[in-house]
Amino acid sequence: MKKPDFNLAAGTTIRGKWGHHVYHVVRKLGEGACGVVYLCQKNGVLYALKVGTESSRLMLEVNMLKKFSKVQGVKLGPSFVDVDDWIVNNETYPFYVMEFIEGQPFSVFLKGKKKEWVGICAMQLLSDLEHLHRSGYVFGDLKTDNLLVADSKVQWIDVGGVTAIGRAIKEYTEFYDRGYWGYGSRRADPLYDLFAVTMIMMETVYPNRFDAQKDPKKTLQDKLKSAPLPSEYKKIIAECWRGKYHSATEMKEALGQVLMKRAQPPKRSSRKSVQTDASEWGEMIGVSAIVLAFYGISAWNLWL
Amino acid sequence: MKAGRLKQILLLTDGCSNYGEDPVAVAALARNQGVTVNVIGVLDDQQRGEPQGLQEVEAIADAGGGVSQIVYQKNLSETVQMVTKQAMNQTIQGVINQELQHILGERKTIEELPPEQRGEVVEIVDDLGETCQLEVLVLVDSSASMHHKLPTVKEALADLSLSLNARTGSNEFSVYSFPDSKHTITQKVAWTSELSAMHGIFQKLSSGGYTPTGPALKEALYAFSKKAIVRDEQGVVDPYEETGF
Repeated sequence: MKKPDFNLAAGTTIRGKWGHHVYHVVRKLGEGACGVVYLCQKNGVLYALKVGTESSRLMLEVNMLKKFSKVQGVKLGPSFVDVDDWIVNNETYPFYVMEFIEGQPFSVFLKGKKKEWVGICAMQLLSDLEHLHRSGYVFGDLKTDNLLVADSKVQWIDVGGVTAIGRAIKEYTEFYDRGYWGYGSRRADPLYDLFAVTMIMMETVYPNRFDAQKDPKKTLQDKLKSAPLPSEYKKIIAECWRGKYHSATEMKEALGQVLMKRAQPPKRSSRKSVQTDASEWGEMIGVSAIVLAFYGISAWNLWL
Repeated sequence: MKAGRLKQILLLTDGCSNYGEDPVAVAALARNQGVTVNVIGVLDDQQRGEPQGLQEVEAIADAGGGVSQIVYQKNLSETVQMVTKQAMNQTIQGVINQELQHILGERKTIEELPPEQRGEVVEIVDDLGETCQLEVLVLVDSSASMHHKLPTVKEALADLSLSLNARTGSNEFSVYSFPDSKHTITQKVAWTSELSAMHGIFQKLSSGGYTPTGPALKEALYAFSKKAIVRDEQGVVDPYEETGF
């Protein structure tokens, strides 16, 4: 519960007690539930470093990061780099280091963009959730503070709330928590995350969020009714609350149908882009080979 | 490893005790009896600056081996469940630290292990926190200055039950309030696994100007031991079958 009460100045060196790696603080990136995150630099490479006081919670996060840096070949969240203790003024502060993801906060990214981006981002989230759920976990504390947009793709940066299916949700934020709104328990199941996705969609039109008031369910329904969102999205949100979708896949498909109705294709499939990249590379290599062959021949001719 | 049964008293108050024995001493006694004491100091949302009369909050929780937090009314729900869970983990960690000292033969805690091993131990702590049985006796200061905060307290307790009942392990709650002119504390809710339907539990309230936090804590401790006796006599294993007293 207690956050470290120190503010690290730029240039501060953090040396690991066990691994002896040295990180130089560049600037503060933000504060999480159990620590402060700094942008750090080691050998010219930038990293995100989280330092806290509560060793056990940080360690649980490290365990999750290690597990989910890669799930079935899909990258879910930042990669894990290092974990260690930092001793300063006779106090020991645990810290861990992860990949630095450079991106825009979710709310900043959506500013001035068309409403269909709300649907696209929700779909991207649901795609990642599909993989996470399939491996037996739910994200738990899904909220805009934990999201960044990098290369037009939503990415989550804090895995502190990731919980095994069937267990009590480790960390949550009331606004996104279905229990707070009277829409179910705080036991981890895939639908817990789907609810949070609908609240992220709601937040795009209610940036200051809102409280439950006396009757949480009614407050939420009223807010949905008056939300300036496309009616198709509102329908999907309402259906999600009614329990129509049983998996991230189902909800993603419903959103996909809405988005496909529009003129522009909603989302570039990442697999396809990899393939085109690969074939472009193939062409490049082919062309260079031919050029080299020609040079070789001409050089041969000159030699002769 | 089995987690067993953890016992906690959760004290919700907004002022300093001014009657009877020292609550810090009673909290130390409770800890000795295997009952953790957590304290939440509840401030008015308009309240500013240094809270008056809440210096005691931290001292009681420290002596009781528990967690303390001073919080504004509007954040009470989040705090109540956080404090309870944190105290639970703290207790389990304490037990594991003892085991570690047995195994390693020196004064070593989880924090002093190399990161690799620490990572494995925290998983065990986390597992135990998920599966242990938990008994929480909520002790609500309902003296005059707390009256208008009681609806929020009720909401926070329902929310606590929602959070804890998501765990695999079973839970039991009971709610007592103080002061009570005859018995120091009054039982408002008998031992139950759900705190969601608590209609009118804080309706009949005394409005005395005294806050006997120490004696109230001691009564709460008695209530715990009485519960244990009832359990032993009945030989009940499943806490859901228990009807209280």
